[in-house]
Amino acid sequence: AVSHSQITRLYSRFTSLDKGENGTLSREDFQRIPELAINPLGDRIINAFFPEGEDQVNFRGFMRTLAHFRPIEDNEKSKDQNGPEPLNSRSNKLHFAFRLYDLDKDDKISRDELLQVLRMMVGVNISDEQLGSIADRTIQEADQDGDSAISFAEFVKVLEKVDVEQKMSIRFLH
Amino acid sequence: EDVGCALARVGAAWLALVLALIVVPSALGISLGISEAYMWVLVKTLEWATIRIEKGVKKPRPQMLKTPAANGIIERDETPMEKEIARLHRVDFEFSDIFYFCRKGFEAIVEDEVTQRFSSEELVSWNLLTRTNVNFHYISLRLTVVWVIGVIVRYCFLLPLRFTLAAIGITSMIVGTTMVGQLPNSSVKNYLSEVVHLTCSRILVRALSGTIRYHNKENKPQKGGICVANHTSPIDAIILTNDGCYAMVGQVHGGLMGVIQRATVKACPHVWFERSEIKDRHLVTKRLREHVADKSKLPILIFPEGTCINNTSVMMFKKGSFEIGGTIYPVAIKYDPQFGDAFWNSSKYNIVSYLLRIMTSWAIVCNVWYMPPMVRKEGEDAVQFANRVRSAIARQGGLTELPWDGGLKRAKVKDTFKEEQQKNYSKMLVRNGSIG
Repeated sequence: AVSHSQITRLYSRFTSLDKGENGTLSREDFQRIPELAINPLGDRIINAFFPEGEDQVNFRGFMRTLAHFRPIEDNEKSKDQNGPEPLNSRSNKLHFAFRLYDLDKDDKISRDELLQVLRMMVGVNISDEQLGSIADRTIQEADQDGDSAISFAEFVKVLEKVDVEQKMSIRFLH
Repeated sequence: EDVGCALARVGAAWLALVLALIVVPSALGISLGISEAYMWVLVKTLEWATIRIEKGVKKPRPQMLKTPAANGIIERDETPMEKEIARLHRVDFEFSDIFYFCRKGFEAIVEDEVTQRFSSEELVSWNLLTRTNVNFHYISLRLTVVWVIGVIVRYCFLLPLRFTLAAIGITSMIVGTTMVGQLPNSSVKNYLSEVVHLTCSRILVRALSGTIRYHNKENKPQKGGICVANHTSPIDAIILTNDGCYAMVGQVHGGLMGVIQRATVKACPHVWFERSEIKDRHLVTKRLREHVADKSKLPILIFPEGTCINNTSVMMFKKGSFEIGGTIYPVAIKYDPQFGDAFWNSSKYNIVSYLLRIMTSWAIVCNVWYMPPMVRKEGEDAVQFANRVRSAIARQGGLTELPWDGGLKRAKVKDTFKEEQQKNYSKMLVRNGSIG
């Protein structure tokens, strides 16, 4: 479980971002963070906080989304083995990343969706042609059932050697 | 009527006391030791309070006693993009590449280097002011009693006193400079202007219960030079003019500040400009050049950050003052937040509520370091020179350095930074992949 002091800190952070002081954050509140505004995937990351397409997120929703980034070793401390899978399990972290690609939420990453993310990350520096061939190669390597799209299972397989736990975790100092 | 008479008499006696004990000595630059006694009592009380709080904390909670801002609240991984997106095999793009950007994004959401500079610094230990009571809880009855006494002392005794002093100081400043402004330009006028500015600054510093330590006075800015300092509040100017005379450069304001600005500019060639007026910006540059060329003119005081920062870091210096060529006299100002928060959060408080907060704090305690003059080196451009001066100020004052622009308080960040990241990532893709 998250410690009391961590919740206090995060609540303090939430209120400092909430310029409208109405208990919820809007997309503009996130965009005011310069380090996030210059992140190539900034818009996608902000979208992750507004899952159902609403415009405001409250503190609960804020914490829920952040929970995906808790280190996995935190789970060993909690004894609830029979409860639902925690949000920061390897599988849920991967699912979170999958959803950053899968914009239309059809549980498949299509060539177009992959191209969109690639374009966000490279800006204007690579031509459409080159980007297209990168996308094609990537899908070809990962696609196992030949439908020219990546399902979640194929996604997990491609990333099986990657240390997801380390790359997708944020540790508190206290 | 009797009540009226009695009140008038009390008022007159009060005013006479204030004048005799505070205004006149400070105008003459001598000290009767009252402030020192007050500070001594204050320091002892706060030390006692800190000990009580430390004892009263039942569970060992080290984060309450360690400065949160120094280390941040989360581990930040500073490995650069290139190393992090290290390739396992020769493929140009991998699905895991987004993890880097994703984590960086979330880290920025939890804690970022920039937005925290636009709000007040958190305290290590509570200083018995309600406004800083963010993470501290009820400890003991004695502490609460001391706090209540503190409230009474601050609001019922210190506030009226300081308000009186501030009123006297500001009125004298306006009246004095207007009168001096009537004189024709001459060395007498300059001398009198200096006297008025110095005297009124001293009164105003008393009005804030200011305790200022000036270090390295041998490096004090000379005539014909440009003095640059980090900016935390409008009070910075008073703190510096308490010890010397400057021609100030700053943004035009309305209200009381505007009145003061219009009055003082009659006596002394301050430069007040409208930020949005392009011709005003050229005027500022022109004035700076003239000033630097004339060695008999007062040193110019300018705050290159362009806005108030919360005194934990120094943000980007605007290069304008560093393009002129001329001697730069850097000054570092560091406030002690334990006694009162000097930072002006202009988006949260207007100038009047800010001054009220200042006047109901314990005191304004700060250190001012005058640093050896710096000039632009051969082959150094204005931006590099500005950064060099900024590093020196940050090091001396014990502040961190940030390459971000203070203007981000209000404006959006430029797209060029994002484009730079995109460019770097693209280079990695092209280098590793076999793109024809």
